[in-house]
Amino acid sequence: MELILLLFVFVLAAFLGFELIAKIPSQLHTPLMSGSNAISGITVVGAILAVNTSSSGLSAWLGFAAIVLATINVVGGYMVTDRMLAMFKKKVK
Amino acid sequence: MDASTIVNLSYIVAAILFIFGIKMLGKADSAKRGNLLSAVGMLLAVIVTLLSKGLSYPLVIGGLAIGSAIGFVAAKRVQMTGMPELVALFNGFGGLASLLVGLAEYYRAKMSNNLLESVPVEELSSFTATVIVLAILIGGITFTGSIYAWGKLSGKLGGRALTFTGQKAFNALLALGIIAAGIVFSISPGSGLAHTILITVLVLSLLLGIFAVMPIGGGDMPVVISLLNSCSGLAACAAGFVINNNVLVVAGCLVGASGLILTIIMCKAMNRTLLNVLVSGFGASTQANGAKSTGELKPISPEDAYYILEAAKNVIIIPGYGMAVAQAQHAVKELGALLEENDCEVRFAIHPVAGRMPGHMNVLLAEADVPYEQLAEMDDVNPMIEMVDVAIVIGANDVVNPAAGNDETSPIYGMPIIEAHKAKTTFCLKRGKGAGFSGLENQLFTAPKTRMIYGDAKATVTSMVAQFKES
Repeated sequence: MELILLLFVFVLAAFLGFELIAKIPSQLHTPLMSGSNAISGITVVGAILAVNTSSSGLSAWLGFAAIVLATINVVGGYMVTDRMLAMFKKKVK
Repeated sequence: MDASTIVNLSYIVAAILFIFGIKMLGKADSAKRGNLLSAVGMLLAVIVTLLSKGLSYPLVIGGLAIGSAIGFVAAKRVQMTGMPELVALFNGFGGLASLLVGLAEYYRAKMSNNLLESVPVEELSSFTATVIVLAILIGGITFTGSIYAWGKLSGKLGGRALTFTGQKAFNALLALGIIAAGIVFSISPGSGLAHTILITVLVLSLLLGIFAVMPIGGGDMPVVISLLNSCSGLAACAAGFVINNNVLVVAGCLVGASGLILTIIMCKAMNRTLLNVLVSGFGASTQANGAKSTGELKPISPEDAYYILEAAKNVIIIPGYGMAVAQAQHAVKELGALLEENDCEVRFAIHPVAGRMPGHMNVLLAEADVPYEQLAEMDDVNPMIEMVDVAIVIGANDVVNPAAGNDETSPIYGMPIIEAHKAKTTFCLKRGKGAGFSGLENQLFTAPKTRMIYGDAKATVTSMVAQFKES
């Protein structure tokens, strides 16, 4: 049952994603891309859960590597997007 | 309320913040807040995850700290011209992280089974096995594909498309191999060979990422970058199915879907299908197709160009990747400002796929403080381009190639372009006489009204600026 719920969520999220970005001005293409790129770093949550005291050495270290990589993606992605948008901001008064 | 309820409720809040964040990123006045909102959502999701039972905190906190430090430094240091590479790199890391999450879950299940050898081994369900394969497959392609794209964008691997005979067949074989191995693994994830098969999937996926990006030329990079971005979302989504986590599924899927939209926008701007971009090996061989242009190249010096500009009343500037390479955006902005002072109307005409990532030129011109009102999109410029005294093409090539409109044998035939050849005079700033990044000859350069100005774009524009200041 949980599986079906998850699939349900997946399908709805897909439609929502398509609807959200109907029309975007081209100057926002890059920030949109790098901002959503940062969101894809959500996998950091999965990585944290993988580093469990009950998990074996190997999977804990894989999880650790995943945490580092995903965090780079998240922190770097949000900051770079913010830097870009700050440049846009000063002109769009 | 127990801990897991709090965690799940917080995940819902995080998902809502992501949705609003993406929505607001699509509008100029709310974009910055949108980005902050989605960052808050991410922070919330991470913090409540840290409340879960049984985490090995030293590793978790250590990993978060190291990753934050690296991400922080990379984001602070990068030049705006290095943006496409950095986005590709971040993207690759995200893909690899999702791959590792899938792999870690497999080993966790496998090892805990081994510990209980006396009791019947509890196998992974076929569904979990399938999504593990998907996380590894999509994550692997995203990782090596992004790293290869990063290499191309940063000039480490050369920007040209690389093709070899039988490449399509080879890629198809790789894909078939992955699918076959994936199916075998999913049917019996507990069999003795399962581990070997999974590693095979992993290796083949990594290879496929490289070979899929290899035949794609520099001019098509905006499509590739945004497609890989979409893939990194899907990889996170697959990882979410592996560990039964709602927030990964929602956020990953949102990114996957919105990334796909952006990819389609890019394809439309080139009037090509996604499939065509991915497999055509566009720009692999110089002069593969298209009529040779017969005219002569007519070079002029920046000094002569200045005299023409000085008399011009209406100028459009068409930037391309060459402006990014030469880091000429600040000089170009200065030239634009001087022209305006000289009572000349200046506009920047931006093609949707100019540069190496979606919106690349907008980012650079914004960095250089070009007034927002001066930026114009292709469709606004073309109808009145015949009134323009001078069109200055700075390091752009395919997006102004008239062959797209009049030469049916050209590979870019049908692509919408900025019709610089219709302006009264056209200046083309170019490094050398080569065919340029895409490998296509450009009839614009030999057109009667075109004047070529050779040299580094920044040096050329700077010298024009100097002339203006002297007068």
